[in-house]
Amino acid sequence: MYPPSFDYYAPTSVDEAVRLLDQHQGEAKVLAGGQSLIGMLKLRLAQPGALIDINRIPDLSYVREDATFLRIGAMTRINELHASDAVKARYGVLFDATAEIADPTVRNWGTVGGNAVHGDPGNDLPACFLALDAEYQAQGPKGSRTIAARKFYTDSFTNVLAPNEIVTEIHVPKAAAGSGSAYSKMERKVGDFATAAVAVTVTLAANGSVAKAGIGLTNVGPTALYAAQASDALVGKTGTATDLGTVGDLAAKAASPVADNRGPVDFKQDMIRVWTRRTVTRAIARAKGGS
Amino acid sequence: MAIDVEEVATGASPNSARVIHVTVNGVTHRSKVDARLLLVHYLRERLRLTGTHIGCDTAHCGACTVLVDGIPAKSCNLLAVMVDGRSVQTVEGLEAGGKLHPVQEGFTKEHGLQCGYCTPGMMMASVALLAKNPNPTEDEIRRGISGNLCRCTGYVNIVKAIQYAGKKMQEAPKGGA
Amino acid sequence: MAEATPIPGGIGQSIGRKEDARFIRGKGNYVDDVNLPGMLFMDVVRSPYAHAKITGLRKDAALKVPGVLAVITGADLAAAKLAWMPTLMSDTQMVLPTDTVMFQGQEVAAVVGVDRYAAADGVAAVEVDYEPLPVVVDPFKALQPDAPVLRTDKGKKDNHIWHWEVGDKAGTEAALKASAVVVTEKLYIPRIHVSSIETCGCVASVDVSGKLTVWMTTQAPHAIRTVFALVSGLPENNIRIISPDIGGGFGGKVPVYPGYVIAVVAALTTGKPVKWIEDRTGNLTADSFARDYHIEAEIGADKNGKVTALRVKTLADHGYTDAAANPSKFPAGLFHIITGSYPFSKAFVEVDAAYTNKPPGGIAYRCSFRVTEAVFAIERLMDNLAHKMNLDPAELRMRNFIPPEAFPYTSALGWTYDSGNYAGALKKAMDTIGYDALRKEQAEKRKRGELMGIGISSFTEIVGAGPSKTFDILGIKMFDSAEVRIHPTGKVIARFGTKSQGQGHETTYAQILAEELGIPVDGISVEEGDTDTAPYGLGTYASRSTPTAGAAAAVAARKIREKGAKIAAHLLEVSPNDIEWKDHKFQVKGVPEKSKTMADVAFAAYTNHPQGMEAGLEAVDYYDPPNMTYPFGSYICVVDIDKETGQVKVRRFVAIDDCGTIINPMIVDGQIHGGLTMGFAPAMLEEIPYDEQGNSRAPSFLEYLLPTAVETPKWETGKTVTPSPHHPLGAKGVGESATVGAPAAIANAVIDALQPYGVTNIDIPISAHKVWRAIHGADAH
Ligand SMILES: Cc1cc2nc3c(=O)[nH]c(=O)nc-3n(C[C@H](O)[C@H](O)[C@H](O)COP(=O)(O)OP(=O)(O)OC[C@H]3O[C@@H](n4cnc5c(N)ncnc54)[C@H](O)[C@@H]3O)c2cc1C
Ligand code: FES
Ligand code: FES
Repeated sequence: MYPPSFDYYAPTSVDEAVRLLDQHQGEAKVLAGGQSLIGMLKLRLAQPGALIDINRIPDLSYVREDATFLRIGAMTRINELHASDAVKARYGVLFDATAEIADPTVRNWGTVGGNAVHGDPGNDLPACFLALDAEYQAQGPKGSRTIAARKFYTDSFTNVLAPNEIVTEIHVPKAAAGSGSAYSKMERKVGDFATAAVAVTVTLAANGSVAKAGIGLTNVGPTALYAAQASDALVGKTGTATDLGTVGDLAAKAASPVADNRGPVDFKQDMIRVWTRRTVTRAIARAKGGS
Repeated sequence: MAIDVEEVATGASPNSARVIHVTVNGVTHRSKVDARLLLVHYLRERLRLTGTHIGCDTAHCGACTVLVDGIPAKSCNLLAVMVDGRSVQTVEGLEAGGKLHPVQEGFTKEHGLQCGYCTPGMMMASVALLAKNPNPTEDEIRRGISGNLCRCTGYVNIVKAIQYAGKKMQEAPKGGA
Repeated sequence: MAEATPIPGGIGQSIGRKEDARFIRGKGNYVDDVNLPGMLFMDVVRSPYAHAKITGLRKDAALKVPGVLAVITGADLAAAKLAWMPTLMSDTQMVLPTDTVMFQGQEVAAVVGVDRYAAADGVAAVEVDYEPLPVVVDPFKALQPDAPVLRTDKGKKDNHIWHWEVGDKAGTEAALKASAVVVTEKLYIPRIHVSSIETCGCVASVDVSGKLTVWMTTQAPHAIRTVFALVSGLPENNIRIISPDIGGGFGGKVPVYPGYVIAVVAALTTGKPVKWIEDRTGNLTADSFARDYHIEAEIGADKNGKVTALRVKTLADHGYTDAAANPSKFPAGLFHIITGSYPFSKAFVEVDAAYTNKPPGGIAYRCSFRVTEAVFAIERLMDNLAHKMNLDPAELRMRNFIPPEAFPYTSALGWTYDSGNYAGALKKAMDTIGYDALRKEQAEKRKRGELMGIGISSFTEIVGAGPSKTFDILGIKMFDSAEVRIHPTGKVIARFGTKSQGQGHETTYAQILAEELGIPVDGISVEEGDTDTAPYGLGTYASRSTPTAGAAAAVAARKIREKGAKIAAHLLEVSPNDIEWKDHKFQVKGVPEKSKTMADVAFAAYTNHPQGMEAGLEAVDYYDPPNMTYPFGSYICVVDIDKETGQVKVRRFVAIDDCGTIINPMIVDGQIHGGLTMGFAPAMLEEIPYDEQGNSRAPSFLEYLLPTAVETPKWETGKTVTPSPHHPLGAKGVGESATVGAPAAIANAVIDALQPYGVTNIDIPISAHKVWRAIHGADAH
């Protein structure tokens, strides 16, 4: 399996990359880590006229925490995000997910931006960014805009990005005091996309009840899903068995999985129920200072 | 440092080919390549470094693993143009001055290979693993090589091989390759 | 008697492998590493449909693609009478179709280009029109009267291929009726694929004299040469098959695939060397599958749990042609080893085979001809019998095992087991794992509602095909060979008809020769795989290399010793009758100081041999084993199950194996680790399912799940040693035991864990959703 021919450009600035994309009018694709795109080229599922390789643009790879955001450069490799001290200390959901995406070698090249943008419902970071209420900063010919992750995904491999826009940074709201988060991925083996996976973020009020919550789901719908009702239902709760039951049921209701080799629909729905309960418990424990 | 110049490309459009400079096992090559040429084919067919193998089309098996600037990559899932200006190490670059790398030694001493097909990729992943974590636990090793499939060994002796190499590298005086 | 000093690298020593030196340096020579001047590359157009008429095929666009030189179609092959070829089971298989495709992924045309990329571009440009036909996926439906008939080309009126049966039908029926307890279970052993990390491929080249050389991924180069000669009409001396380093075989590199034949045609037509390397999807969708047996098994026992009778009815799904790699007389392989380690007095087994719109095959997956199917069925049933009778599964086995003193033992289905000590192996496995403590732990966990299971498999294998009176492949008897030549300086070259794919023959055979010739292993070179130089042999699969070629090595060495004794007598100026082979030397009986080494004798064989004797020191042996060998073992597996998710975790797995005499313990352990992993894989992960349209749902490693180091259990191994009485070294063959024995132990452990839910079966692979269903379904009642 061999990629078809294409033109290749390696711009050294975002402006140049955007200009090239614009010139090719939808015929070009951004090449980030290539860990999804090259596979699609080999299978000839994608036959772009041109690839715009953004690996040579300096300063797109960083993890920085400021007063408002954890800022992740789009070209940060998945393993680099995992290695960030801030992520390890305060963004458990990202720490967990970046240890379970694909395999260690793929994570050396796969980028956070690529994983967020690609749009395979099996990609793990989108559910995390949905739960975290992150924003994607995109640059196009007319300048830069931010798009809420929760408004980004429209269908499998489809999003609101214009063909001449590049995601440059991901903004994750800075972890508040009393917050905790976790990601659980049920997979058949290393390197597999999730059978079902759940991202949970919580911020606890002084009385220990949940003040703010976000729940994202992986690979149980056409895109990663934000389980809004389940998230809302978690607010005000402390994580008792009854609370977990309610939230798990609502999360399962939000899922619309399809049957495949990983299992039938009712099983996957139940897995969302089970892993939501377990992940909420872990997120709350982390918020209380556990690891 | 030797420089190896060659120009072979079949691409139709001028932008579908490119001249790249890649340092492979310490030798810098200047090559004109089709943009679509996969790194693994560049290594195997242009440079005739056939120790790097191909076992799948989907970046699952790791037989093609090489180090790019010291970091493992599946060379079947990168374009050769993506390593322009970078340095690549393959299995052929492990032995230095007629001395086996401790990982190579470990693989043979502990019977970490059978058919040998996964072995180069497995060893490259192991080299990087030990560089990052000189004294890994069995579980860390198993996770560390989980991007590489072996159909023959059941991994038991691969784990031992990596442990052997780890020990050997810690004992060895610093300053080697 | 004083112990002789061991010869360096002799039998029983864990010496390092000779082959490693090149592999760890990336200097192996696999088929894709072969590079000839002017070499072209071939790629294959594959069918997207499982069953369709080809109504049009146009080459023009492909021929216009830069770098494309030729497109080869079924029509082209038909003109040369090569569109069809025979299978190993004397069925027929398309090389390329002329009018109909029979499975998804089938080769439809081939494109030859200057490199891989050009050939792939050409493949994308070949235009094929298909008219879909009704698809038959389920073998049971295939046998119904209204099913579309697939092999009308053979004049077939239905999809039934053959019926095969063995045993005493009426006697079994009566014995089952008379049994106090009968358990029945339907077991499906799904389609799986060996998926060696190296796929298949070849380089075909014809020289000016018309000699064809094919470097090819084959486990059986000589048989391939003969088949090529018979099919193509080329003189056999003008065909040279070279099997270079092989990146794993496991049975998948026994058959002749269409790609090889087309590449040869491409080389003949273009006059240039042509390389074909299959991609992983081609490998998974078109190369021989393994298993796909629908088994219904029944065993009876008396009130004490002593087994009485066994009855098995099986439907085998062979895909669109019977391309199984079985000995000719055994269409269902050695499936009748299914009486296992137990003295059934009556047994009856029948197998029917059906055509479906799936790829052909029926190869081994690291097992000797349908032995895994047999072992899985009997070992699963034994556990179910134990559960039904409320007996501990270990106790039930202990009550039933064929006792050591009963060997040679002839089974109800006619096999004569050479040797065994089944209770010894199980006892050792139980002691190693701490069986009683685990059962106690399980009982406590059950009280708390936790799911833990313990599974046993006490398997008996049958390997080493085989005695030539019963075993042949396409008429060629299943002997194997060794040719041993000692050079004047006492160094050895030995060539074999087998072909290693990772088993370490270069080392193991050298060790046998070191022991038998008294020559240190470093001085012995082993070669295999080149039909121009190696003696004829049937190749390596079904754990037959040590039982056959290993024996041939020993016998050839002993022939050399016979001649050597005469030379030694000449050198020592005694009568040959006064010479004995002792402590790896020729000695004058009773005068150990008067001796000659093999090296002394070798030198004399070329410089100072007795008048009237031929010079030189060499021997050939074509070894025809008197019987099969019967390795055995007992495995115990402990699993923990997550009740909510159905996820199964193998906590421990102890494997006690008995393969008779061990030549290199390190290599044997390695074979067992690998075998266990290839037993675990189909038990827990691997399957190639098909949807109703015959689309493969596991066409790549994305869905065909080879275990990584993380999923693979941490194997614990041990041995007992019960030599084979008929093998010159007492060795039995070990490459496959673990793959054969492991799946039942794992499945039994899961079923054992699920006893609170009354579960008697979950089909492998035991994926989480099936376990979840078993628990969930039971909960609802
Ligand atoms: C064997 C294997 C297993 C995998 N398993 C998993 C898994 O379990 N979970 C998981 O989440 N992922 C998995 N992946 C995918 C992997 O994580 C990819 O790296 C990731 O999905 C894409 O990141 P990338 O940087 O490689 O993007 P690329 O492959 O380069 O690009 C992917 C797509 O995103 C677009 N794109 C990339 N970056 C940008 C940007 N900054 N702006 C605009 N568009 C952009 C590209 O144009 C392309 O369409 C797996 C991959 C492999 C090979
Ligand atoms: S060839 Fe399989 S991962 Fe590269
Ligand atoms: S040694 Fe054969 S695949 Fe690993």
